Amino acid sequence: MLTIPRELYDKVVEHARKDHPDEACGVLAGPAGSDRPERFIPMQNAERSPTFYRFDSMEQFRVWRDMDDRDEEPVVIYHSHTATEAYPSRTDISYASEPNAHYVLVSTRDERDAEFRSFRITGGEVSEEPVQVI
Amino acid sequence: MAIEVRIPTILRSYTGGAKLVQGSGSTLSELIADLDSQHGGLRGRLVDDGGTLRRFVNVYLNDEDVRFLGGLETPVKDGDTVTVLPAVAGGAAVAG
Repeated sequence: MLTIPRELYDKVVEHARKDHPDEACGVLAGPAGSDRPERFIPMQNAERSPTFYRFDSMEQFRVWRDMDDRDEEPVVIYHSHTATEAYPSRTDISYASEPNAHYVLVSTRDERDAEFRSFRITGGEVSEEPVQVI
Repeated sequence: MAIEVRIPTILRSYTGGAKLVQGSGSTLSELIADLDSQHGGLRGRLVDDGGTLRRFVNVYLNDEDVRFLGGLETPVKDGDTVTVLPAVAGGAAVAG
């Protein structure tokens, strides 16, 4: 299960809305081993695309080093789908490479009602998990 | 002195859980070959059959992405730090 503070949940949805129709992406960092997202880090989508996202490699380097210095890890890696459901695509699955992360997908295809779902993706297997907003 | 290499979580199964390993070589390619001799299988996760860096990984020499330097032929030397990170990417499109 993903347990996420309301404030962070809202920020992720807001970021996805703001970048629509392009896909938005980012990280929620938290203390290593805590499984607790605490810090909102919106990332640039280097692809600026409605169907693909990629963290800018240099921005990712700085953010990952910063997390390392703070003894944090990427608890959540999020991105949006802007015309399809909030479910990992084949591309998402093939790239998923943080076995400890919750992969959050937000769909902004409905402009009033954002779909927010969380998944574990390990070894090409996807399993959905409940999201508890606190 | 040696070259320090930072290994991401997903590849630590090759390094016995170690986050930091050391290797030697005069180019990134030689360094990766040396790492592979110590941690068998690591090279295959970084380099594809065609001998180029896999698109699923980012490799940095000190503070620079090696794709903006000389790729696998980038010169390296003792005291350098090499960082490996998984590329974070995906999206609604089907992989091309």
